[in-house]
Amino acid sequence: MSAVADKYKELQELGVEVISISVDSVFVHKMWNEHELSKMIDGDIPFPMGSDQDGSVGKKYGIYDEDSGVETRGRFIIDPDGIVQGFEVLTPPVGRNISETIRQIKAFQLVRESEGTEVTPAGWKPGKKTLKPRPGLVGKVWEEWTVDEVDK
Amino acid sequence: MPEEFKAGCQRPAIKKDIIEEEKTEEKSIIKEEDYMIKVGKPAPDFTIPAYHNGNFVDLSLSEFKGKWVLLCFYPGDFTFV
Repeated sequence: MSAVADKYKELQELGVEVISISVDSVFVHKMWNEHELSKMIDGDIPFPMGSDQDGSVGKKYGIYDEDSGVETRGRFIIDPDGIVQGFEVLTPPVGRNISETIRQIKAFQLVRESEGTEVTPAGWKPGKKTLKPRPGLVGKVWEEWTVDEVDK
Repeated sequence: MPEEFKAGCQRPAIKKDIIEEEKTEEKSIIKEEDYMIKVGKPAPDFTIPAYHNGNFVDLSLSEFKGKWVLLCFYPGDFTFV
């Protein structure tokens, strides 16, 4: 969670609010912030750290693991209308890539601001080409976009 | 003597007893609440206790309507990843 906290300013500039959730109590969240996380980042954890002790929220999101009694690494991007735009779920030993999450948020925001007139091809980053879906583009994407754009 | 276990990247798993193991047939029936949520559909609302800026607060997802939200679940405080 320290990696997300480290990018909090950038997320706030994008108008994104962060909520973290685990099955730990709020008392343990307080101790984790004070004794460890605040030593990994500049200051305290800036976002609310939620406590889902019975896993009921995790069950609603399909990421609660009954066998171990914990929540897996589920990450959800929710838009201003409360609609889930994207999610990613990882097993515990592998951490997330917050930069990829931010890239996806920027892409979803661009699509929303364009009111669906623009879409972002694979590997899109801010400043790179978007596509404008229209009848004339059918079968012609190759003329406007090539796979080598992905790694540019 | 209690057996030592290796610290992993989540809170130590609960050791379920044998009685519960026998209920596997029942477990295989997928409960409604176990369904993965779908993209393009509303995020389920919730109200939970939270720790924020030194205070304990009640937090609802619905308070964030009108804003983008990044919701991150993780396996536990004081784990390694």
